[in-house]
Amino acid sequence: MAPHVTTRASVPAVPETGAGARRPRSARSGGHWTAWAFLAPVVVYLVAFYAYPLYRNLDLSLHRYTVRSFVQGGAPFSGLDNYRTVFDAPTFWPALTHTAVFTGASLVFQFSIGMALAIFFHQHFRLSATLRALFLVPWLLPLIVSASTWSWMLNSDSGIVNSALGVFGIGPVNWLTSPDWSLVSVTIANIWIGIPFNLVVLYSGLQAIPSDIYEAAALDGATPWSTFWRVTFPLLRPVSAITLLLGLIYTLKVFDIIWIMTKGGPADGSTTLATWSYRLGFGNLLPSFGPGAAVGNLLIVLAMVFGLLYIRMQRRAPR
Amino acid sequence: MISSNVTRRRVRTVAAVTLTACLAAACSSTTGSSTSSGAGSSGSNGTYTIWDPYPQFDDSADWVKLLQKCGTDTGVAIKRTGYDTTDLTNKALLAAQQGNSPDVLIVDNPVVSTLADAGVLTTTEEMKVDTSAVEPNLLAAGQIDGKTYGIPIGANTLALYYNKEVLTAAGVDAAQIKDWASLTAALEKVKAAGKKGITFSAIGTEEGSFQFLPWFWGAGANLTQLDSAQGISALQLWSDWLKNGYAPNSVINNTQTTSWQEFATGQFAFAENGTWQLANAEKAGFEYGIIPIPSSSGGTAPAPTGGEFVTAPVQTDTGRYATSQKLISCLTNADNAYTTDTTLSYIAATDAVQAKQVAGNPDLKVWVEAVKAAKGRTSDNLGTKYPKISEPMWTGFQAALSGAKSPQDAFTAAQATAAAATK
Repeated sequence: MAPHVTTRASVPAVPETGAGARRPRSARSGGHWTAWAFLAPVVVYLVAFYAYPLYRNLDLSLHRYTVRSFVQGGAPFSGLDNYRTVFDAPTFWPALTHTAVFTGASLVFQFSIGMALAIFFHQHFRLSATLRALFLVPWLLPLIVSASTWSWMLNSDSGIVNSALGVFGIGPVNWLTSPDWSLVSVTIANIWIGIPFNLVVLYSGLQAIPSDIYEAAALDGATPWSTFWRVTFPLLRPVSAITLLLGLIYTLKVFDIIWIMTKGGPADGSTTLATWSYRLGFGNLLPSFGPGAAVGNLLIVLAMVFGLLYIRMQRRAPR
Repeated sequence: MISSNVTRRRVRTVAAVTLTACLAAACSSTTGSSTSSGAGSSGSNGTYTIWDPYPQFDDSADWVKLLQKCGTDTGVAIKRTGYDTTDLTNKALLAAQQGNSPDVLIVDNPVVSTLADAGVLTTTEEMKVDTSAVEPNLLAAGQIDGKTYGIPIGANTLALYYNKEVLTAAGVDAAQIKDWASLTAALEKVKAAGKKGITFSAIGTEEGSFQFLPWFWGAGANLTQLDSAQGISALQLWSDWLKNGYAPNSVINNTQTTSWQEFATGQFAFAENGTWQLANAEKAGFEYGIIPIPSSSGGTAPAPTGGEFVTAPVQTDTGRYATSQKLISCLTNADNAYTTDTTLSYIAATDAVQAKQVAGNPDLKVWVEAVKAAKGRTSDNLGTKYPKISEPMWTGFQAALSGAKSPQDAFTAAQATAAAATK
């Protein structure tokens, strides 16, 4: 793989010097070389770690790979067959709906709770810094730890959540083992993990708002409620937009929490596109690389669509 | 001024070029190391690579010492890597794609047919490995179309552990449990006595299928027809246990480890689990016993075989096979198999070593019998069709146990998926 990379990286440099040769040889062309030499590390990096894997994923999704042709080569080109297989699979629509619900609910709750906490901590009361640091814990924990803890807490028979509910006479809920609840459970866990990120980014956004605007609002007799909606919220718009976009991309590809807690089950109850893609590629003794890569590409397209939307919104926004 | 500008530019150029050169060097040094690790299998003749799925063993473990000893006896150096078992299939496939397979690969038995299908493995005939002493039911997991692609290092399988205290309190005699009816009756008594019945793993992965198969086969069902009356009766048994509270709802998400942890609380009468838990059973702090899993109408149900095969991946340099063959026979000869299987808490694959194990530890007798009755998942020439049946099967029993579908509907749907996939 590495020889590929170096040849690829050197390709753009060659035509460029050719073009430079039209001009009289001077210090300029030397400058070109310098520029390309400076550019080379990042080009090599981008090609090796972004372009090649993307190309390879596309290639996998367009061929009919079996384990045999994966090893020995010569997988026949199959056009969009893998995509058709994926679209026709009974798992497709549930997985897509679950992805939408999981992502949507996570974003709404992470953002609104994160915002509420950011404003709360912006009051600078005593111990607020300590408390804020404590709120970061979910973010710092390795996912395997937090996901395992959640699945232990939500266990149907011996979980602490069901024991607590039992005290109030609420019957045991099969959080992870009922198709109706498993998606809710993994979403709750994901919200908990995502709040600190929203808190930190929004909090730093709040600090950037000059305090004299608040003073002016207070002088005009604005209530806290209207101060929030008319001052804080509009001024936080750029920060909110990027927080939501990053949150969306993170959440679309969330796989580990769901895989550790439910394996996407029971009966596809919490399967999202990300877990489905993994299951196709690695969750079975016999990997189906093609359809797995196809689902992965769909996810990339989804994330890209929202990224482009964001860029458009940025352009339209008044400067 | 001009000259200083030029010098500055020159310095910049040199810095950038050096940086690029470093990067290129880094790239080429990666290439170098990847070929040199490949050279373990094709270049330097003295070093032979072995991959195994036992990352829990480090260099001080008996298993690794045995590998080194086999290397010394054969006159070669051994480079051993332990991988996580779920990781090993993809690692082996990738290595084969890159042309740097290990010389000896120890791999979980249902994976053998996948790797053989990919053309990664040599046959025992090519390698001149003697498999005549191995029990045929164990060897079958590594056989496709009359060819054998490895030799089992040992085997494990499933049986029912029971908690003596709980059974005595409930007035149940474990020796009287011979079929499903008597087992269910025992569970009912245990529940009436205020304890929990049975725990197993019905998770939506291969692990769940592994645990379901003794009941599925014990009903007389065949993997080629999931929705047969027998197949559905096995699923009915499991879902009735859940419905009646004989088994906890958490089994749907249990791995074999978490299921064992439930049993270890001392609240459960029975646990379906494997040979590998024997050491933990000793530490559980209560008296335990083991009975074979009963089949529907009586007798021992065939449980699936677990355990690994020693295989020899295809090499470009076929001259290496002779040494690999010596390494394989060293690992699987009677004396070493005894040590290895004791280390791994496995049952040996040959009659002679099994007898030696029972002589050393009479408790193993029930396991030896279970292994004799066991059946490979990829046997019956199912080969790579098995994974395509196993996945719909686990999806099916998860749907039934979680109440999303009736057992009949769940397995009708599963059979439709499996039939389409294996067509």
